Amino acid sequence: MLIVVLLIAISLFIALIFLGVFYWNIRSGQYDDTYTPSVRMLFDEGKPAESPQAGEEKKS
Amino acid sequence: MVQTELKCYHCGQLCEDRQFAVDEKSFCCYGCKVVFEIINDNNLCAYYQYDAHPGATARVVDEEAFLFLDEPAVQKKLLEFQSASFARVRFNVPAVHCVSCIWLLENLRKLDAGILRSEVNFARKSVLIDFNPERVSLKRIASLMASVGYVPQIQLDSEKASAPVSNKSLVTRLAVAGFCFGNVMLFSFPEYLGLDHSDAALKMVFSFLNLVLSVPVLVYSARDYFYSARKSFAQRQINIDVPIAAGLLALFFRSAWDILTGFGPGYLDSFTGLVFFLLIGRWFQSKTYESLAFDRDFRAYFPLAIRKLFRDEWKPVVIYELEPGDVIQVRNLEIIPADSKLLKGEVFIDYSFVTGESRPARAVEGDLVYAGGRLIGQPATFVVEKGTSQSHLTSLWNHESFRKREESKYQRTIDRAARAFTWVVMVIALGTAVFWYYFRPEEMWLVVTAVLMVACPCALALAAPFTYGSMLRAFGRNQLYLKNADVIERLAAVNAIVFDKTGTVTHGTHPEITFEGQLTEEDRRAVKTLTSFSTHPLSKMITASLSSPGVADIQEFRELPGKGIEGRSAGKTYAIGSAEFVCARPQDLHGQTRVWISVNGTVRGYFAIRTTLRDGIYAMIFRLGDACKGVLSGDNESERTLMARLFGPKATLRFNQDPHDKRAYVEELQQQGKKVLMIGDGLNDAGALKQADVGLAVTDDSGVFTPGSDGILFGQRMEDLDKFIRLARRSHRILRMGFGISFLYNAVALTFAVSGNLTPLVAAVLMPISSISVVSFASVAVRWAARREELN
Repeated sequence: MLIVVLLIAISLFIALIFLGVFYWNIRSGQYDDTYTPSVRMLFDEGKPAESPQAGEEKKS
Repeated sequence: MVQTELKCYHCGQLCEDRQFAVDEKSFCCYGCKVVFEIINDNNLCAYYQYDAHPGATARVVDEEAFLFLDEPAVQKKLLEFQSASFARVRFNVPAVHCVSCIWLLENLRKLDAGILRSEVNFARKSVLIDFNPERVSLKRIASLMASVGYVPQIQLDSEKASAPVSNKSLVTRLAVAGFCFGNVMLFSFPEYLGLDHSDAALKMVFSFLNLVLSVPVLVYSARDYFYSARKSFAQRQINIDVPIAAGLLALFFRSAWDILTGFGPGYLDSFTGLVFFLLIGRWFQSKTYESLAFDRDFRAYFPLAIRKLFRDEWKPVVIYELEPGDVIQVRNLEIIPADSKLLKGEVFIDYSFVTGESRPARAVEGDLVYAGGRLIGQPATFVVEKGTSQSHLTSLWNHESFRKREESKYQRTIDRAARAFTWVVMVIALGTAVFWYYFRPEEMWLVVTAVLMVACPCALALAAPFTYGSMLRAFGRNQLYLKNADVIERLAAVNAIVFDKTGTVTHGTHPEITFEGQLTEEDRRAVKTLTSFSTHPLSKMITASLSSPGVADIQEFRELPGKGIEGRSAGKTYAIGSAEFVCARPQDLHGQTRVWISVNGTVRGYFAIRTTLRDGIYAMIFRLGDACKGVLSGDNESERTLMARLFGPKATLRFNQDPHDKRAYVEELQQQGKKVLMIGDGLNDAGALKQADVGLAVTDDSGVFTPGSDGILFGQRMEDLDKFIRLARRSHRILRMGFGISFLYNAVALTFAVSGNLTPLVAAVLMPISSISVVSFASVAVRWAARREELN
């Protein structure tokens, strides 16, 4: 029966790790906004064409 | 022509003419065109590809509106992080609504090299901006955002910022409860399956594990219930959390006692499950409440900064930093931030924000003017007499004088009912405990807990806020913005309706204005500047109709209410106003309003203003029937026949009314026992709006707001007024039905619980379900009622 107690201890420990991870997720704000990142990854950056030009305009 | 079909490329509004166009793209206004040009010049045109017409209709933004952001004190409050070359700020941007918005705001760095990174939070409608304070100022960022149509909403009090944090902690508490609940159930399996022959020692281990797992649920997850119950005891009251707290404590300590004495396994599965389901219910409630938040912040109206004299330079300072002795400059239509003394000259102060009296008060050199007054006319300088605080000014909104005599009835009734109900529940629980103690003591604890759980009157407490909340939202969808839920109650009781004429019954924005006579370019500029000093609807129409550039230098501006305005510019005296006022001729009636103009005493001509009735107003007044009591107008009788035809023979038509008369008429109706709804533009009838049981300000431009009013109605929705009133009347029935559901539920569930046929766990599941059913009933019923009234 000792093995059951040991297994329970291990399973509880692992579950606690997941609880801790979830706690950290919440605290670090990963669930604050679930919409914007899904849109953001679809934006075309198109950097090579634009950024030099935009930079020039700033200087002028 | 196709002109009617033209939509603004930027914001999608219909364009009135082709005046603003760039490369085949038309814009509805100058603001939208400028925004497009900025975006175009910076190669950000992909903005228009993610969504069609993504922009918010732009208004020309006053650069100085953000000057106060240069103040270190303001920056300290706003910035989340600050160092020499790095700073971080979070702006609320209510205009964010689509993918294009996100894209543009996340590419702000392309508009200014000093911005390092910007990140949108769509759910909170906010932007987090990292920037280099050495290269770009906070003010520059704010005006940059405003220039592309995303005006940041700046709030210096931090109340709102704390809301998401509390929600986070609710989720973590829910997670802990769920975790413990799941594990306690696992360890209770041997018990559920009735494995009696198994190791007694193992059973003990399981029981103790359960006890250990329950402790965080008690001290962490459920702590809000205990705090709330303790607080209510401290106030010698009893709130709806008391029975829950009592039930939880009873269950936990009974179980702990059973386990520690080796008597049995206790009811910890019920206990943890109870907390878990209670918290789910609470989470759902907070979600719904969040989405119901009244998203109009009236306080945004006050100017946060004022120009103060430093040696020989005017610089903006924050209002609450003003000290006695400071010299400040207040400009046209700005609000005087502190009690102060006028330095020189003569000014008019509109105290309608403070007293509801809209006739401007005159003040001369040395006179004391009070905070909250609004300057009309030329800029003036003042010496501050008494320091002030932002909160003092914002408290003006909730000032006594804006509060109606009748306070909310429903809230008080509900509070009392809920309290009485809680007592009843406690008594029933006690009675049940006594009965079961003698009948079958081993089940007493579970039965009592079930009674305490199931009888929680939260469905009762939720019915009213949600019914009225959904009502407010339904009105908001239809562009009637009410101040709070009490207004709905009063709107439902209305049986007399009084209208203002100009800008309410008639169009405020699209009059046909023609000028008969001759004016030089110089005169025209002076006239335009003069009329822009006045807030009268006719002045505003004239200002809008004159397209002369530049601003004239005006001295000795005077406004004589009900007559006209006058002033001097470049050595000439101008008078603008009624025939009597300008040329000492009796007014003649032509079925149109005329505003005369004289320069140096010679009459130069008149503006003929033919105001047109708003669409659908005939039908609306017909549908309202006898409730329409009449029209009060500050103008002359030229439109009497039109009004008589519109309102019928029984209506009262009064012309040449000053703000006092209007208010007096409303009072007169009230003395006859009528519940009066006054509808006006809120400019020269602020007193009447305040006096009326419900005062609605009609506006064609969301920038104008009268604090004395109970709501703002968009001009084009005037025709739906009768529908709004009928919808408000329906809210009573919906509320009663909500109460009915909640009572029925409680009665049925209590019977089951008292007779011992309901376990606490089922009770805990039922409780959020009852709340949810009442809440969804409220919103569905309101939606249905709105649909029946053919509203959105």
